[in-house]
Amino acid sequence: MTLLQVRNLTIRFGQKLVVDDVSFDLDAGQRLGIIGESGSGKTLTSLAIIGLLPDAAAVAGSVVFDGVEILNKSDGELSSLRGNRIGMVFQEPLTALNPLMRVGKQIAQPLRIHRGMRMKAALARAIELCARVGLPDPERLVRSYPHQLSGGQRQRIGLAISLACNPSLLIADEPTTALDVTVQQEVLKLINELVREEGSALMFVSHDLPVVSSMTERVAVMRSGTMVELATVGELFSGARHEYSQKLVQAARRSDDDFVRVSRGGRA
Amino acid sequence: MMRGNRTLTIGVSLVSFSVMLFLLSVIWTPYDPLEINPELSLTGPTSSHWMGTDEYGRDILSNIIVGSRTTLITGVLAVVICMIVGVSIGIATAMSPKWVESPAIFGIDIVLALPTVLFAIVLAAVYGPSTFTAVFAIGIALSASVAQVTRREVNVILLADYVVAARASGSRIPRIVRKHVLPNLRASLFVQASSASAIAILAESTLSYLGLGTPPPDPSWGRMMASLQQYLIADPIFPLWPGLAIVITVLGFNLLGDGLREALDPTLRRDVE
Amino acid sequence: MTELLRADALSRTFKLPRASLRSERSVRRALIDMNLSVNEGDRLGIVGESGSGKTTLARLLLGLDVPTSGAVSFLGDTLPLSDMRQFRRQIQVVFQDPRSSLNPRMSVEDIILEPLECLAVEEPHAARIDEVLASVGLSGDMRTRYPHELSGGQRQRVAIARALAPRPRLLIADEPVSALDVLVRDEILALLADLTANLGLTLILISHDLSVIARLCDDVVVMQHGVAVERGKTVDVFRAPSHPFTKTLIASVPRLPELS
Repeated sequence: MTLLQVRNLTIRFGQKLVVDDVSFDLDAGQRLGIIGESGSGKTLTSLAIIGLLPDAAAVAGSVVFDGVEILNKSDGELSSLRGNRIGMVFQEPLTALNPLMRVGKQIAQPLRIHRGMRMKAALARAIELCARVGLPDPERLVRSYPHQLSGGQRQRIGLAISLACNPSLLIADEPTTALDVTVQQEVLKLINELVREEGSALMFVSHDLPVVSSMTERVAVMRSGTMVELATVGELFSGARHEYSQKLVQAARRSDDDFVRVSRGGRA
Repeated sequence: MMRGNRTLTIGVSLVSFSVMLFLLSVIWTPYDPLEINPELSLTGPTSSHWMGTDEYGRDILSNIIVGSRTTLITGVLAVVICMIVGVSIGIATAMSPKWVESPAIFGIDIVLALPTVLFAIVLAAVYGPSTFTAVFAIGIALSASVAQVTRREVNVILLADYVVAARASGSRIPRIVRKHVLPNLRASLFVQASSASAIAILAESTLSYLGLGTPPPDPSWGRMMASLQQYLIADPIFPLWPGLAIVITVLGFNLLGDGLREALDPTLRRDVE
Repeated sequence: MTELLRADALSRTFKLPRASLRSERSVRRALIDMNLSVNEGDRLGIVGESGSGKTTLARLLLGLDVPTSGAVSFLGDTLPLSDMRQFRRQIQVVFQDPRSSLNPRMSVEDIILEPLECLAVEEPHAARIDEVLASVGLSGDMRTRYPHELSGGQRQRVAIARALAPRPRLLIADEPVSALDVLVRDEILALLADLTANLGLTLILISHDLSVIARLCDDVVVMQHGVAVERGKTVDVFRAPSHPFTKTLIASVPRLPELS
């Protein structure tokens, strides 16, 4: 069943074309990676799907989520989807969380809005979610403010918020880029588990090819607003068609080789 | 600078209007503003006196035109003082060690707490009203807020890697201030100067209105308002002219400052992908 | 083998502002008892995550900060030297973020001119600027450009050119490619490798990315929470790490999928 259908998505800021004719499908429970460097349009594409593009953006094309057209809908019409059927995790947990609100309350918000839960019940569920995302001492932690937590902990909170209402689609935009490498692995593992358990579809946006290829089966490569290739991870690594994708694969291989060579005790 | 910015365009137009009055005052006025014609006292606008005459029969239009001199000169001088003093203190405090910076901030806060006009009144009471006391008082009072804003901005600039790089390149403090701090402050300084001008001009008008600014007979919009307001009952149009002149000038500088901020800020921010 | 730079029991503690009037002022121990010896020709990597103290160490080694205890020595003399210019001519630095390490108001030419002027480099400055731009792969007509007109990779090349202008013996590169796009990273790393070899530069490379260290560094020091937890030849440390943190780091490197 096709959960998400993106057709000819085009985004402009005034005269500037930032996303050019992007199309792809995502089935329920499937995972798609979107890989590109800065300026590739990958973040704008993900924002278009959740309907969070800035006002200045002119959008054309079609984004159909579970049979409903997303583009050019009003905030009111979309708010029932956001945080509910579609969840999003952002790159910088410090700015994605409200610094003045305790984290438990932030997790409770989507539950109260979309599930109509009362505060007490929502907070109880928030505590459960904190435990689920691997946070220690959840009863005490829900009363903390974001600045009292580490980057990794904040990102787990971000995940808890986005998954609170069991969304069918989780969009993760560079969720581990701002984290230390050691924490990154844990958070990626967590995303993996949660998405699998929920049966949600995953759209994973990143510039990091090794990370993306470990999280998704299919990858869309974006460059300067265009989708230059859409392939499975296997196809991409065994024989990417587009020159740009080939370069990305080569660069990733190069770093990998450097590391392997040294850690297997070869010549430095 | 983006001139498509409406605020900026309007601001520039309004300020130009006052500047043009100033330039005009140097070449020509319809009448000698000081010429007294008691028989023409308090006539409304006519074809020979477009804005009418005041209680001494002096042509109001000519006084407005020449009054622009007092306003703009006081305004400009006060702003020059407040910017030089304020920016110097701001930069010096930002670059000083903690034990100098803390009492300095405290000092700035104290001056900031003083109402500008009150400070000027005190000075005028002690030294007698004159253009100089007005300029000095306004300049010093405004310098405190300039110092504060400048200090904060300089602190931000000093955190940038390029300042560290400059130190690693052997650059010393005077050079760092000259080449790195000041150029990056430029935009903010323009905005601050515009806003300070608006406040300075309003303060000068207030002081003149209270009789503490430029003493007669030099025309001054504020003083004109004070003397003409008693004749409001006769015809409300009399104090309207100087009032309008003040409003246009102050609004003009305010909008200029806002417009500059709008125009200069976004170019310093990069677009997100 | 000349010992260029040395750190002896180097520590740096920062006093934090008081949380409230009654509580004690807490301290952050950014660097604890660090010992380091860098010889001419070494290519040393410093690995650590955020809060490991690696940037603090870099600043201390560059004489841009004063240690709380311990000392940094250059060719046997303890910092600060009476004439720091000599030191700065020989030890230069490249920073992580090319967007903030170049003054947006200065042209490329002015940027590279700065060390030449401040350090009173005795050779025609204009010629040197052209020379050093060429060595980082930029054409002479870049001189009049401003940072915002350049790509990330180009900016980083300018930063490297600036560092190389006074002909230093030692280059400290603090996360030189972390802020760059993936494809550009490779180019800059290749550039650094070439320059290090051709100019006989001693290199101290700070990075959290183990593949970068693997590519450019013969020796490595692993830091965690301000302490050096492991050190040795890169090959040895990566192949057989002994400290648990090093092991975790190595295990966390994102690897490519195993494909037949």
